[in-house]
Amino acid sequence: MSRRVGIEVSLAVAEAVGLCDVDVIAAYPITPQTHIVEHLSELVAEGHLDAEFIPVESEHSAMSACVGSSAAGARTFTSTSSQGYALMSEICYIASTLRLPIVMAVANRAISAPISIWNDHADLMYARDAGWIQLVSENGQEAVDLTFMAFRIAEDKRVSLPVQVNLDGFIMSHVIEPIFLPDAQEVKQFLPPFEPLLRLDPEKPITIGPVGMPDVYTEARKAHDEILKASKPIIGEVFDEFEKQFGRRYKIIETYKIEDAETVIVAMGSLSQTAATAIDAMRQRGVKVGMASIRLFRPFPAAELVEAIGKAKNLVLLDRATVFAGGEISGPVALEVKSALFDRGLSPKTANFLVGIGGRDVTGQNFEEMVERVVTAQKGDLPPYEFINVRE
Amino acid sequence: MVEIRFHGRGGQGAVTSAELTALAAIEEGKFGQAFPSFGPERRGAPVMAFVRVSDTPIVTREKVYQPDIVIVLDPTLLKIVNVEDGLKDGGIVILNTPKSADQVRGESGIKARLAVVDGTKIAVETMRVPIANTTMLGALVKATGLIKMECLQGPIKHRFGPIAEKNLKACSRAFDETQLVEG
Amino acid sequence: MAKESGIKSWKELNPGTAITEPGSAAALKTGDWRSMRPETDRDRCIKCGQCYIMCPDMVYTKDAEGYYAQNHYWCKGCGICARECPVGAIMMNEEVD
Repeated sequence: MSRRVGIEVSLAVAEAVGLCDVDVIAAYPITPQTHIVEHLSELVAEGHLDAEFIPVESEHSAMSACVGSSAAGARTFTSTSSQGYALMSEICYIASTLRLPIVMAVANRAISAPISIWNDHADLMYARDAGWIQLVSENGQEAVDLTFMAFRIAEDKRVSLPVQVNLDGFIMSHVIEPIFLPDAQEVKQFLPPFEPLLRLDPEKPITIGPVGMPDVYTEARKAHDEILKASKPIIGEVFDEFEKQFGRRYKIIETYKIEDAETVIVAMGSLSQTAATAIDAMRQRGVKVGMASIRLFRPFPAAELVEAIGKAKNLVLLDRATVFAGGEISGPVALEVKSALFDRGLSPKTANFLVGIGGRDVTGQNFEEMVERVVTAQKGDLPPYEFINVRE
Repeated sequence: MVEIRFHGRGGQGAVTSAELTALAAIEEGKFGQAFPSFGPERRGAPVMAFVRVSDTPIVTREKVYQPDIVIVLDPTLLKIVNVEDGLKDGGIVILNTPKSADQVRGESGIKARLAVVDGTKIAVETMRVPIANTTMLGALVKATGLIKMECLQGPIKHRFGPIAEKNLKACSRAFDETQLVEG
Repeated sequence: MAKESGIKSWKELNPGTAITEPGSAAALKTGDWRSMRPETDRDRCIKCGQCYIMCPDMVYTKDAEGYYAQNHYWCKGCGICARECPVGAIMMNEEVD
C-alpha cells in the first residue's frame, strides 16, 4: 500500500532508491544533491537498506565505481549536480557506450562561474550528448516515480543504458511536499531483479571497455545511437506499465490546455508548474495559451513534440541555461524544438527566453510577459534568444 | 491557498518552522509546500522560509511575494526588514516579542492585524533554549487556525524525538498566551 | 576475413563492444604486421625454451623433437626471441615475396 507522506523531495528520492533495493551507491555529496546521498547513507548505516555505500573521494571516482559495480551486475545508483557532473562527465560517456544501466539523480544546478550553488539546467545540458537517457521531473512525486521507472527502463535488456532523473535543485530538492510512497512489495512487483546483458564474472571472463580502433569506433557509436533511438518506445511502455500499477499517467511530452491554444509555452522541469498557474490566469482573460513540457530530453522526442505543438501560431521556448553560441542561434532546448519543426516544414513564430538562470526566481508574471512578447511581436523581429529578468 | 512567509535569523529554526507547518497541513490531508530562501546557511543572518497550504494541489514554484501570514521569529528583525512587504489586505503579522501589541504597533508602524507572544521567554522557560521556532507555531494556530495543533504532534515528534514533548508544551503555551489585535 | 580482422557490422557488435570470448585475439592475424621473420638454426639451438617464454604472441610451440616451432600467423616480427636466445640460434631475416 502506498502511503501519503509529507517529505523533503530529496529524502523521498533517496527512499525511492532504497525501495528499488539497489546493491551499490557510489556518490560524492554536492549541493543541492547532498540530502539524497546523505539519506541513502543513513538508510544503509541503519540497516534499512542492504547495499554497499561507497564514499568516494570525487565524482570522477563515483562514476568510475558505478561503472565497475554495474559491470559486475549490481544495481547501481549515484547522484550529483553541476560541477560534480562536470568532474564525472568523462566517465559518464564511458558508462553509456558500455551499456551500463546506472541510474543517477541530478539535482540540477548552474555551473560556475560566478560560483553558484543555485538552480538552472546547465548540468542537464552539459550531460546532453553523453548518450544517457534523460528524464525530467516537475514535482516531487514525479521525481520519485521516475526513479522507479528509471531503473526499469535502464535495466530493460532492449535498452541497457544509464538513465538520469533530473530534478530542479532547491526548487524541488529542498521542498517539503506530499508524496505517495509505495511499499517495497509494490516496487518489487514493478521492478524485476536486475539481470545484466553482460557481466564481469571470473567464471566466464569477458572484456568490457576495449579499445575501439577507427575501423570499429563508428560502428560502436552507431550501435549506441540505435539503442538510444530504440529506447523511446520502451520508455513509453514503462510509462504505461507504471500507470497500470500505480495509476499515475506519464507522457513523453506532457501537455496542458493545448488543444485550442494559439500560443504554446514549451517548458522543461518545475518551470512548467508555475507556467500552468500562469496559463490558468491568462485563460481567464481569454488568452488562448497552453503548454507542452518535455519529460524526456534524450532521446529527444521530436515526433511527439511536433504532434503536440504543431498547430500553434506562437511558441514561447524556454531555456533554463545560458547559451554561449554567439547570439545568432537559439538556446539548446529551443534549437531542438526548431530543428524538429523545420524537418517537418513548420515555421511558427517563436521566441526563446533564457529564464531562471543561477537561481533567479521565475514568476507567473514572467510567463505572462513572455506570452505577451511573442503574441505582439512581428514574425522576424524576435531575436534568436533573450534573457528574462535581467537588469539593464 | 494560504501563503506564509517566515522571517528569522540563521540558526533560529525558521526553515524548520516552515517545514513543520507544511507537514501538519499534509498530515491533515491538505496540500502543503515548504521551502527555504535557498542559500548558504549563515548563522545570525536574516533568512526567510515559505509555506503554502491549500485544499487543492499546489502548482507553483515561485517564491511567496504576497503572503497572507508573516511570522517573525526575532523582534530585532523589525528594524532591518520590512516584514509587511507584499502582505495581502487582511493579512496578519505574527511576532515573537516581549512587548504588547499596541507597543509594537506604535514603535514599528505595522498596520496589519497583529498577533504577539513572548515566544523566547516561553522557549527559555520550557526548553531552556532561546529558540522560539516551534513555540511560534502555537501562535500561528491560535491566530489563524490554518493548521491544527493535533496535526503538529506527529511532525514535531518525528523531528525532535526525545525533546518533542517540551517543544509541544512550549507550542501549546504560546497558543494560550498569544494576544491578537485587529489592524 | 571478419574473424581475422575483427571487422563487423554495427549490428553484430556485442553490447558496449564487449569481448565475450576470452582469448579471441588469437583469431587476429597479427602475422600480417611482420617485416622481419625469425628463423631458428637447429644446429645451434639448445632447446632451452627462452624463445617460447619470451614471445609476447604465443608464436612458439614445442614439437616432437623438443625444438620450438614458429606459427607465423601471429608472429609480428618483433625480434624479442632473437634478442633473448642465449646461443644466437635465431636470426631475423627480411620477409621476401
